[in-house]
Amino acid sequence: MPTRAQTNAKASVLRAEFERQGAQSVEPPILQPAETLLDLYGEDIRARAYVTSDSLLGEQMLRPDFTVPVVQMHMAHGADPARYTYAGEVFRRQERDPSRASEYVQVGYEVFERDNPADSDAEVFALIAASLGDLPVRAVTGDIGVLMAVVHGLNTTQIRKDALMRHIWRPRRFRALLEQYAGRKPVSAVRKALLAGEYTSDAPFVGARRQHEIDARIEALRVDAAAPPVSEKELDLVGALLKVSAPMPDALAQLHDLSVDLPAIVPAVARVAERKEALKKRGIDVNSLMFDANYGRTSMEYYDGFVFGFRATTRPDLPPLATGGRYDALTRRLGGGHEIPAVGGVMRPGLMLELEEDQ
Amino acid sequence: MTIKLGVPSKGRLMEKTFEWFSARGIQLARAGSEREYAGVVEGIDGVSLVLLSAGEIPRELAAGRIHFGVTGTDLVHEKLPLWEQSVISVAELGFGHADLILAVPHVWTDVDTLHDLDAVAAAFRKVHGRRLRIATKYHRLVREFLRGAGVADYALVDSQGATEGTVANETAEMIADITSTGETLRANHLKILGDGMILRSQATLWKSRTAAVDAAERQTLDALLARLG
Repeated sequence: MPTRAQTNAKASVLRAEFERQGAQSVEPPILQPAETLLDLYGEDIRARAYVTSDSLLGEQMLRPDFTVPVVQMHMAHGADPARYTYAGEVFRRQERDPSRASEYVQVGYEVFERDNPADSDAEVFALIAASLGDLPVRAVTGDIGVLMAVVHGLNTTQIRKDALMRHIWRPRRFRALLEQYAGRKPVSAVRKALLAGEYTSDAPFVGARRQHEIDARIEALRVDAAAPPVSEKELDLVGALLKVSAPMPDALAQLHDLSVDLPAIVPAVARVAERKEALKKRGIDVNSLMFDANYGRTSMEYYDGFVFGFRATTRPDLPPLATGGRYDALTRRLGGGHEIPAVGGVMRPGLMLELEEDQ
Repeated sequence: MTIKLGVPSKGRLMEKTFEWFSARGIQLARAGSEREYAGVVEGIDGVSLVLLSAGEIPRELAAGRIHFGVTGTDLVHEKLPLWEQSVISVAELGFGHADLILAVPHVWTDVDTLHDLDAVAAAFRKVHGRRLRIATKYHRLVREFLRGAGVADYALVDSQGATEGTVANETAEMIADITSTGETLRANHLKILGDGMILRSQATLWKSRTAAVDAAERQTLDALLARLG
């Protein structure tokens, strides 16, 4: 195992290289206000981040990643365009797997740029690929934007689309919702009675949720019950799309085929194709680069376009050595009315050294 | 040295545990006065009784400071991540039954399932500008259960007692708590979600995987297990 000093030295080298590429070095504080992170990720973040409290500052978290504070900083007073780099520790609680590190060093590179997003994607990916050097790693890419486009394009109600969109990052729930909207789940007797206006409660109101909210939900349930089911054909198409997992050229051919029946994904597929060309220009061997439509769906839910990760081929037990992706929507959520396309990635120098020792 | 047996220090759980051991020829009792937290063991040599709060027994087992302990499944699962690695269930004792459930106001006629809860949580956040609050003391179990079910947009608020009352007091919109008969829930105008059963719990005798034993203690331990099996 590399020592802390070795890891820090490696991190400095990586960061210096990112600075040479034009990135400004930033150092967000380790203590982050818990509220922002809770607002973004919900309760799940409590299982993954260390929460501490301060009588003046309120609940604080040991930073679980750099992206959120870097986006906040950029949205508050960043130049446009801008490139940032950082190196430092992040903290993750590990309740399930004690072999995973609960504190480790990350080095990151983030690009905030409006023009030519395909090239920004390729820039980040190629830079990280180059920094990994000759290590035995294999990259997987994906694109959450394709999945979002397919949901947008479904021939169904907006309420259903919104619900599916909310659960893009929870694959099992996403699947269950789709099947329900396709009419594959029986309606319970009590639900039938509710829709017929025959199920009421004479219990008093307790709590903050009011009658008008219950009425609105029942109305939405009635609208949903009257809406035609999502067709079997659409269900199959979404299933086929999620199964796309192949080297870039083959994956793109499959996506093009699917877009004949799913015209809504045409612009998103075009972005994948543009990115492929941009990656090729930067010297990436796109013919062997994997594209997996499901990739990135179970990670932290802010990536909404390009996603990628590098894993060690010789050490499947290790977490990814580098991960990243595009998070345009995050800049919107944290931007107070402003937004800017953004993409970035992080590397783990500690794991890189561990792999080097193996060699 | 002796084999240490941790038992809840008061109430029905303690009495029922004493009865359970007594039926197997081992007499447990509190030493001295009602207020003294020391215990005596008769019917087997080399075992000492440690009276503890039921909530502390999981921690003591995991730390190896006691060899055996009686406490609820709910507390072991809540307080010990990867509990399978630190304790083994020796016997379910057949009392102290309690289910950890999710309950919502009875007037929520539109909420019967976790699917409904998720939809309502999303709508609630839009209307109120904050997440729907669930009062509980079982943070880990509830969070894991809801993650598995794909429910989002809720917030857990801590409630160490009188949890059923938090909804009427508007410090939470719903609760996750243990119930045995459901009477307290009904009295507080709450109903159980149909698929919201998080855990069925009962008093259980656990053996620590981490507590050290020497040769003499090993004999006692085996003898004790033989009596209880």
